[in-house]
Amino acid sequence: MRSVTSLITTFALGLAAATALTGPVLAQSVTLRMTWYSDGNEGEVMTDLLKRFQAENKDIAVVLDQVPFKAINENLPVQLASGQGPDIARVTDMGGLARYALDMRPHLKDPAYWEANFGPFLTWMRTAGDTKSIPGFMTQLTVTGPFVNKTLFEQAGVALPGPKATWDDWAKAVKSVADKVQAPYPLALDRSGHRFFALAVSQGAKVFDEKGEPAVIDDGFKRAAQLVYDWHKAGIMSKELWGSVSGTAYRGANDEFKNAQVVMYLSGSWQTAQFAKTVGNAFDWIAVPNPCGAGGCSSMPGGAGLMAFKSTKNPEAVAKLMDYLASEKVLGEFYSRTLFVPGHLGIAKKGIDYPGASPEANAALKVFTASAAEVAPTAYQIQGYGNSRIIFNAVISRLGQAIAGETNLDEAYKRITADVTQQIAERNKQ
Amino acid sequence: MAAVQRLIGAGRMPYVFLFPNFVFFGLFVFLPIGINVVFSVTGGPALFPSERPFVGAEQYAYLFDCGSYLDPSSCREDHFWRGVWNTAVFVLFQVGTMVLVSLVTALVLNRPIRGRGFFRAVYFFPVLLSPVVVALIWKWILQRDGLLNAAITSLGGQKILFFVDPSWAMFWAVFVSVWAHMGFYTLILLAGLQAIPSDLYEAAEMDRTPRWRILRRITLPLLWPNMIVVIVLSLIKGVQTFDEVFVLTGGGPGTATLMVVQYIYETAFANQVQNFGLAAAASVVLGLVLFALTLAQLAATRMKER
Repeated sequence: MRSVTSLITTFALGLAAATALTGPVLAQSVTLRMTWYSDGNEGEVMTDLLKRFQAENKDIAVVLDQVPFKAINENLPVQLASGQGPDIARVTDMGGLARYALDMRPHLKDPAYWEANFGPFLTWMRTAGDTKSIPGFMTQLTVTGPFVNKTLFEQAGVALPGPKATWDDWAKAVKSVADKVQAPYPLALDRSGHRFFALAVSQGAKVFDEKGEPAVIDDGFKRAAQLVYDWHKAGIMSKELWGSVSGTAYRGANDEFKNAQVVMYLSGSWQTAQFAKTVGNAFDWIAVPNPCGAGGCSSMPGGAGLMAFKSTKNPEAVAKLMDYLASEKVLGEFYSRTLFVPGHLGIAKKGIDYPGASPEANAALKVFTASAAEVAPTAYQIQGYGNSRIIFNAVISRLGQAIAGETNLDEAYKRITADVTQQIAERNKQ
Repeated sequence: MAAVQRLIGAGRMPYVFLFPNFVFFGLFVFLPIGINVVFSVTGGPALFPSERPFVGAEQYAYLFDCGSYLDPSSCREDHFWRGVWNTAVFVLFQVGTMVLVSLVTALVLNRPIRGRGFFRAVYFFPVLLSPVVVALIWKWILQRDGLLNAAITSLGGQKILFFVDPSWAMFWAVFVSVWAHMGFYTLILLAGLQAIPSDLYEAAEMDRTPRWRILRRITLPLLWPNMIVVIVLSLIKGVQTFDEVFVLTGGGPGTATLMVVQYIYETAFANQVQNFGLAAAASVVLGLVLFALTLAQLAATRMKER
């Protein structure tokens, strides 16, 4: 009996000693998962920044899961809905994911700093009616805008349209260039609702009624849709982008642009670093201000936000990491090295240098920064609307069908309205 | 085991061996099917069934709200019906072509030709590739600056944008699918051909029976059980087609190659809002169609055996 008692005592003491030795370490050590996608070099820059954070905070390990952009749109929402999402993720559909966002205020060092520097963009990450929560910050502010292959214009001997040129002016010019140099894509627009609305807002699309409810189809929208439709008919836009896939599939023209097959490519400021790297000295390219229409020359604002999610088991550690990444010094370095337009008001006000940027990239960033000042209020309203992606997806799906010759524009308009109504009703079922 | 057999009797022993598999299938097949049915009668964006409001047959009513089922544009959920009709067209051409091509290949490879082993391996090789790899290979061949267009332009022709013209897109979807899978079905038919007793052919040759009659009277009737297997399997696989066509054409142009499984995937995952209820209802409908097809084919097999 004595031997049994001594064995139990020894085991209990051993367990207590082991707990004493490892307990404090286990209690403090947390692992955070961050889901991340990259357009350019931002994954490498973030890896560097995280290494530094972990060197200063030995008790927090951060795993950076780098995934394709498609996974952010399709897998992440399902992960979050199932409660199995990451602690933090870089996302673009901020309004759509707002319901899963963590309000970090109780854990942040200085919530006022966040309000002061990210205030206008925080509304993009909040659910309707919420005016206070702080779920994340902008890793970049983006504006849509056209990239132009200047070398092709020079080879064709066609003059570049001026700063306030209309969409029609540009369409004529790029077609003329493409015909002369045999370029297969005179004008390319990403197959994306967000990019389409850069055109639509400049044509006067209002998107919402007086009550702020979606009223997508109006004269401005129809003008833009008709332009895209006619450009395909006239061979100004190739059907290979908008007309060769179906549904809500995104289709960019990055490869075609860097292979000098596109004369003008409406994409966005986030492409700058990529083109600086991939085009190199192959040809001269420039970014130009958004072309104008009946509604002005507005582009669409957007960007990617780094959002924290309430399914995290370590909100304090998440807030600590976010405080570090959102600090002026660290975020300034991030913007500078990634060639991103700052989504931090303080940094934007002071101005930012891009010492690693090529002359083309520097010039493009200046153009995009100037474009950001001309963004129409409607464009901000669309971007901040929680169901904007429903509208974007309905537009590209139905417009794509019209372009492919499967339906006509009038039918597409009816379907867009029906799709938006049905999907918002579905989202509101609780 | 002997003790178990003594306890429950020899007659019940098969159930003991079936039980572990039954649990496995119940957990990973029948339970998900049940959850899917629950999703199809509930709505909203939530993922947990308990958080989803009951909507009854609303999702089914939405899917079947059509002026005419023959005209997808008259349906409220036109994409579903476009998917249904595209899948029907795809299956019709793919199964027909697959059976014919596999049969001819198997007949040729059953003959004592030189390099028979090599050819058998060549035709089977694409079966080993992942469908995504198959689609990417063909995409590279068929794109604007792909191999095929390079060949066409080198012969003085104009480039053809295969993925922009709906008919070409469907043609290549069928072609690539047949190319990728025919090796498997050829193998099944080859096994059937080799099981036919050779004395039947010898007797027919002694009678100087024409070749086409040998084919009609001996080969095809005796190969019929294998043909049924090939038709059933290729039919089921054809209806389920997704990955190859999705990577090759993305369902386009427009919705010309949108298959019903792609519709289900996009409705559930790619669209915002992710409409799990509608996708679940569509997959229940698809499941029922497949079930009916399989029963019909099995019935046909049994009738033939009698």
